[in-house]
Amino acid sequence: MLNRPASDTQITHARRLWLYAVAVLVMAFLILPTFVVIPMSFSDSRFLRFPPQGFSLRWYESYLTSPEWMQATWVSLKVAVLTTLLATPLGIAASYGLHVSRVPFSRVLTIALISPLIIPIIILGVGIFYLYVRLGVVNTIPGLVMAHTILAIPFVVVTVSSGLQQYDSNQELAARNLGASRWTAFRTITLPQIRGSIVAGGLFAFITSFDEVVIALFISGGQNTTLTRRMFTGLRDEIDPTIAAISSLLIVLSVIMLLILVLSNRQK
Amino acid sequence: MTAASDPALQTGDNAAALRADELRERATLLGMSVPALLIVGVIVFIPVGWLFWLSFTDGDQLSLTHYRRIADITHARIFWQTFEISALVTVLALLLGYPLAYLMSQLSPRWAGICLIFVLVPFWTSLLVRTYAWMVLLQRRGLVNQTLMDLGIIDMPLRLVYNYTGTVIGMLHIMLPFMILPLYAALRTVDMNYMRAAANLGASPLRAFWTVFFPLSMPGVIAGSLLVFILSLGFYVTPALLGGGRVMMVSMKIQQDAGLYFDWGAASALGVALLVITLGIFWVLSRFMRIERLYGGR
Repeated sequence: MLNRPASDTQITHARRLWLYAVAVLVMAFLILPTFVVIPMSFSDSRFLRFPPQGFSLRWYESYLTSPEWMQATWVSLKVAVLTTLLATPLGIAASYGLHVSRVPFSRVLTIALISPLIIPIIILGVGIFYLYVRLGVVNTIPGLVMAHTILAIPFVVVTVSSGLQQYDSNQELAARNLGASRWTAFRTITLPQIRGSIVAGGLFAFITSFDEVVIALFISGGQNTTLTRRMFTGLRDEIDPTIAAISSLLIVLSVIMLLILVLSNRQK
Repeated sequence: MTAASDPALQTGDNAAALRADELRERATLLGMSVPALLIVGVIVFIPVGWLFWLSFTDGDQLSLTHYRRIADITHARIFWQTFEISALVTVLALLLGYPLAYLMSQLSPRWAGICLIFVLVPFWTSLLVRTYAWMVLLQRRGLVNQTLMDLGIIDMPLRLVYNYTGTVIGMLHIMLPFMILPLYAALRTVDMNYMRAAANLGASPLRAFWTVFFPLSMPGVIAGSLLVFILSLGFYVTPALLGGGRVMMVSMKIQQDAGLYFDWGAASALGVALLVITLGIFWVLSRFMRIERLYGGR
């Protein structure tokens, strides 16, 4: 086995062992640090020692019984759901319109829609804060949803556009030739075929909003402090093990979302 | 193809009507992108334009006061440190990311998919959570120090966090997937027939790699490196938490000026400087990869 060629250059697996070793180490570096948080969250000590001493659920209890943490969680969930509901249709409509109309400047418009990914987020944070002070929407849910929507739209546009590129739009023309209206053709022919990209875009939108920190530092506070904002300020002051419990739950959430993504793409 | 572009139809009386129809349809389709463009315009372009305006005015008149204020040694140091950290993180990410991306590009789809999971899981995990994990791991009595002491490599705990070292380690971890995904996409497209030819002509595997494969993978290397570099330039959360106040990057200075001192002039001038540098590098990046594909891997 080890002496068999591993690639077209006839290099053997044995001579390539170092490459496998490096790759395994890099994968370990990518994944292990994050998961260290999970055993920590079950520790019964205030100090984050590894391996954790004793087993307890006290940090989960402290999270679930804290009105501040619960409120922050609700704010984040509410904002993330509303952002997904707003950004996904807007993103689908925009990428479909730009893709099908094929006007010369549609690439420029696409880049304009993607620009929130290009502009350093701190600049958006400062700028949006400056705007929101004048609009009087600092520390409000609608303000947060609008700010997170512009961060989520690029992801929806990117995933849906790549879905549209892989799909043959002549099918839609065929449907229209047979008498279907544009909307019916889109709904019954195109939509089912780009469903995977839409699911991906929606998941992106949700996670982008739910995990967003920097903009929330500027425009969320008081009653409407987001979970990540509260975590960030908590981490700056002291390492509270309650955050280990919250982090573990967030890791589980991300893995679930990734699973949904992988499964929804496999169905295609 | 639409009816109006068919020459046979254009000769008839219907031509004008058809063209009007097509124009109307195109306008409707383009109209579908208006809501998204509108919200991006209001929430992104107005504030950024405002920052530009603020940075070039003092009171009510045009002036370069704010730029003169940030053209001093303190700010030069901050910019230098930002560049240095970003460059270091980029080089380290390339050194760690290339071997994995290379191996993935040659594995069967099944194994490559398994490896890809290891890249995607951290990519999908909140960067705040990952930064927190590093705070726990790297602290004085954290897992890394304890392991090193148990192994007898060190006697005293190392200062691994709340400084430069911690910032670089944390940023490297966050940025690695942004390096690996474009690299992997590029390496997959390299035609392995060239490697076969090189081997056929007597090149050792190592030589074939360096003279044939590596040069062909340069677009991916450049795209991944530029992406990681610009994302690092504007990075805030991880350096703010893992730097412990000993590391000052441009983004942190902007936050301080705006959020703490309400010094909008300085914050906007710094922001514009950072934005111009970022967009400049993006322009270079756009010649190596389509910006629309940027996060396609995620």
